[in-house]
Amino acid sequence: MSVNLTLLIVMGALYACGIYLILERSLTRVLLGLMLLANATNLLILATGGYAGLAPFYSKDTGANEYADPLPQALILTSIVISFAVTAFMLGIIYRTWVLARQDEIQDDIEDLRVAETPRFDAEDDAEIPAETSEFPLTMLGGDGTGISDHADHAESEESVPAGAKNIPAKDAAAEEQPGSQNVTPGPEGGVK
Amino acid sequence: MITVLAVQFTVAAVAPFLFRVWGRNAFYALAVVPAASFAWLLFQHGAVYSGPGEVTEVIPWIPGLKLEFAFRLDPLAWVMSLLVLGVGALVLVYCARYFSKKDQDLGGFGAQLLAFAGAMFGLVVADDLLLLFIFWELTTILSYLLIGFARTRLAARRSALQALMVTTAGGLAMLVGLIMLGHAAGTYRISAILAEAPTLATGPTSEIVAAAVVLILIGAISKSALVPFHFWLPGAMAAPTPVSAYLHAAAMVKAGIYLVARLAPGFSETAYWQAIVLGLGLATMLVGGYRALRQTDIKLILAYGTVSQLGFLTMVVGLGTPEAALAGLAMLLAHGLFKATLFLVVGIIDHQSGTRDVRKLSGVFRSSRALGIVAGIGAASMAGVPLLAGFVAKESVLEAFVHHAAAGDPWGVAVLAGIVLGSILTFAYSARFMWGAFAVKAGVEPTPFKAVKPSFLAAPALLSLLTIVYGVWPAPVDAWVQPYAALFASTAADAGTPGEQAGHLALWHGFTPALGLTALTFALGLAMHFGRTLVERAQSRVPGWIDGDRVYQLSIGALDDAAVWITGRTQRGSLYFYLSVILSMAFVLPLTTMLVAGKPLPTDLFLIDPYSPLQPVVGAAIVIGALAAVKANRRFLAVLMVSVTGYGIALMFALQGAPDLALTQMLVETIILVAFVLAMRSLPAELRDRTGGRYRVVRVIIGAAFGVTMVFAAIYAMGARVAVPVSLEFPTLAYEGGGGLNIVNVTLVDIRAWDTFGEISVLALAATGVASLIFVRGRGDRLGASPAVAEGSVGRQPAVDPGSREAAALAISRKFASSARDAWIVAGRTLAPERRSIIFEVVTRLIFHSLIIFSLYLLLAGHNLPGGGFAGGLTAGIALGIRYLAGGRFELREATPVGAGTLLGIGLATAAASGVVPLLLGGQVFQTAIIEIWLPVFGDIKFVTSTIFDIGVYVVVVGLVLDVLRSLGSEIDEHFEEQAGAPAEELSAEEAAAEEAAAEAVADGVLAGAGTGEGHEPGLSTETTAKGQG
Repeated sequence: MSVNLTLLIVMGALYACGIYLILERSLTRVLLGLMLLANATNLLILATGGYAGLAPFYSKDTGANEYADPLPQALILTSIVISFAVTAFMLGIIYRTWVLARQDEIQDDIEDLRVAETPRFDAEDDAEIPAETSEFPLTMLGGDGTGISDHADHAESEESVPAGAKNIPAKDAAAEEQPGSQNVTPGPEGGVK
Repeated sequence: MITVLAVQFTVAAVAPFLFRVWGRNAFYALAVVPAASFAWLLFQHGAVYSGPGEVTEVIPWIPGLKLEFAFRLDPLAWVMSLLVLGVGALVLVYCARYFSKKDQDLGGFGAQLLAFAGAMFGLVVADDLLLLFIFWELTTILSYLLIGFARTRLAARRSALQALMVTTAGGLAMLVGLIMLGHAAGTYRISAILAEAPTLATGPTSEIVAAAVVLILIGAISKSALVPFHFWLPGAMAAPTPVSAYLHAAAMVKAGIYLVARLAPGFSETAYWQAIVLGLGLATMLVGGYRALRQTDIKLILAYGTVSQLGFLTMVVGLGTPEAALAGLAMLLAHGLFKATLFLVVGIIDHQSGTRDVRKLSGVFRSSRALGIVAGIGAASMAGVPLLAGFVAKESVLEAFVHHAAAGDPWGVAVLAGIVLGSILTFAYSARFMWGAFAVKAGVEPTPFKAVKPSFLAAPALLSLLTIVYGVWPAPVDAWVQPYAALFASTAADAGTPGEQAGHLALWHGFTPALGLTALTFALGLAMHFGRTLVERAQSRVPGWIDGDRVYQLSIGALDDAAVWITGRTQRGSLYFYLSVILSMAFVLPLTTMLVAGKPLPTDLFLIDPYSPLQPVVGAAIVIGALAAVKANRRFLAVLMVSVTGYGIALMFALQGAPDLALTQMLVETIILVAFVLAMRSLPAELRDRTGGRYRVVRVIIGAAFGVTMVFAAIYAMGARVAVPVSLEFPTLAYEGGGGLNIVNVTLVDIRAWDTFGEISVLALAATGVASLIFVRGRGDRLGASPAVAEGSVGRQPAVDPGSREAAALAISRKFASSARDAWIVAGRTLAPERRSIIFEVVTRLIFHSLIIFSLYLLLAGHNLPGGGFAGGLTAGIALGIRYLAGGRFELREATPVGAGTLLGIGLATAAASGVVPLLLGGQVFQTAIIEIWLPVFGDIKFVTSTIFDIGVYVVVVGLVLDVLRSLGSEIDEHFEEQAGAPAEELSAEEAAAEEAAAEAVADGVLAGAGTGEGHEPGLSTETTAKGQG
């Protein structure tokens, strides 16, 4: 199988530029990077066809391997139109982001940052529960059964629990499980400071 | 057996409906199922004991995985089934009175309990390792659901989860062990594995088998709550008491014991078996007994007692001698009877008095003597009092271990001592249970106790009756268990018959050492009970006893901490970070592989294609374009540079011999350029690179490395190709099958039509996506007809500073505003005069129809010449784009009376129809027919039906382009105009600042006549309108 180095080198350059661009924060540049990547991939598929050949229009006198390979061409044709549709969709996203937030930049995901700062204390797992000595508490006699515990007291229940970089009161820890926590300080680049 | 299982699960599935009709009495109906199964089991007695010795049923399931529904009822399974089905039926009967009529979710609960009985039965009769595992996990999951029955209580949820985690973790280890064992044996059939166990355990596979057995034992000890997993069982006491009675005393926790008993005949001689079984069993027996004495909840006393007994049972069944096997199964049955009784009694006490706390219960025996007697029988059997089942079983156990110790092994003596100590503890906590539950205590007022209905007491009473029968007349049990014990019998000549080796269950063996040990147990047990204050004081002085539950909490907490730590380090919310990691992996791994493999490059490399020598020139242009796109810091410059690469690639396609691709790429690049300009109008022209220098270096490295990797990966991949390309067939396929000369087009619409159909569906989706993003609601088909719009009102510029160059230019353009040119462009009159371009309008008028005709030509000629549905549709799209650019959004509306959504639908439907119709005519999906007819004027015509598919493609592509134009063009136009007319507060910060500056300028009096600026425009507007009308 013959390998066309010209096509591959151009492909490599397009991949390099495309990757450089999609690592950018500007949405427009990311889109341009994706377009370069699509072009590069089309060249890769084209290169699988081997040597250049006759345009693939059937003629009785032409041998099958004299044509340029038609199969990669069919694949690329599909890919060209699909990447057009995807580009248009991305343009729609960019415009929408601009209208809504006046931003052309990819923002750090606050939700991810919040997860990183989630305290280990979880009410479902770690809250202190009194030992229950009946399944029929309505008919239980004398008191609510608190103070009867088979286990040693869990010391941290009264204290603060570590939540990311700071300590928060244990009773507030459950609230950290909910969206909209304020316990997060996004850094300028690459997440938490 | 399969029928029995099927009935259990079927009734479980319909159980919720029964409960809806009958309420809690439906438990009686459910109890019929295990009861009937129990009766069936009794009928199998003959087959199992006198006939062939087993009942087997096998249905193949997944032969590829050697998985089959293999069931086998042998004496061990039969004895276990007695317990599972019998106690199951009684517990269900008991449930009917335990729960109140008002309890919620009883339907689900009943179904789970019955399904559990089925799963447990399946577990003991399964004869396939994997099938056994499936039932094993089924019991785990059902146990989770049953423990968590009171799902509003945190304690129940947490204990359910804890039990699930512990037993599932053990189950996973067991699965690995089962697969190792099955693999070593070459079969997953348990009976076959046991038959060849001696060769397996001593042959070359002995190492693997020993390891597999250890893993399986981990599963067993986690299920049976042995140390160090014992803590989940007391936790699981948050379950309703009938569940505790069934799962955590009689059935589920016995699954581990069953597994040990099942494997013991073959594997009790393997390397680590005795150490694990005896060591952990003894530890569990002592820990459980010790902790049972500390509890103040009578249910927890029983729970720790169960833990203790499970350790005891594991030791006995795992020892691997005939008499231990006999004693083990006897003990298993006895334990099932008395422990289920006692749990059910606890349930009744809790139900009638509302507490299980020994410090609050007082005088219960006086209130209900029947209950006290039933409980007394159970507790006495647990303690090993003569005439009861527990005594008979425990005597034979002690007998077995006395013989074991007498064999001379020093560890045997230690184990015997441990068992005696454990039995003393057992006696003590049995006494503590009776005392705690029923005694009159000084200083505690008598507990109010509602009378117990006979129907409530029936189940425990029957169980305690069986305990007495078993104790007085142990012969039947002896007969049931003997065949199992015989499996361990030595075949040596002087060993005697299996029955002699195993001994027999009996009430009276004479004055044996075992009887002496029993007497010692009673004496010390009674002493411990009467000296209980001393014992309690001693226990309270032992602080910080290792608490398994605490260890579990700490390890789960540490896991949480590790998870949060890792998440915090990896999930940083930055797309740049994520992509860097992913892309770095994408080049590091392949590059390393290529370097390590060190293969020579393929030989057939060429830099310049002899058939197409111009490629390097075009390639250089493409690379320059790409680099410029990277460097560009103006938005549109960057877009243009990407377009340069795009057009360059079109040229490259042409040079490679792909005219269709070149044509399509050219058209697409053009439309993308228009779309970009339309969409990016409102964004700032500057394109700032905000990532800092350090990150830029990383990006350059990743980009370059990725590019290089791709080049070499491609070289090696293509060099490795050896097969003849499939596409060599395509030319003849296209001509003879597809009836077309253009091989690429025939490939798209015929050979790979499914692919193309999928693709146009994606196009329709993307088009809808674009429209949804911009319009948010609807699809823009609501744009009214142009006659309703005031002339020259579309796209009017907002106020410009009078006196500036822009204002002068605007004034000149407005001078030429005239609607006399309406004839050229239908809706052009709606466009504001300053937006119009005479030349563009004229050109548009000239080429629009030509372009549409050309697009149709491309579509129809595409089968034989360059073109096709894609190229044709894109050409038509460009025509529409030109029309929009020249005449504005109302012009576009006039040009396309049909909405974009309708076009997409019609296109997809046409394409789909061309696929389905051949099917209806008896052909295959997307089959092509070639119709040759003669028409006057046209002459011979060859029509290929795949053209219809291509027409569908054409229409979809037109719909896509139209959607893009309407969304990114028309709708954004409207947004602009709304914004220009909107008050200042809706403008962005920059615009507001600019206006403020202008206002200041006015205040400074720089422009005296500034106020006329606003008044000027409406005046001109009316003037234009008037002209137009005149």
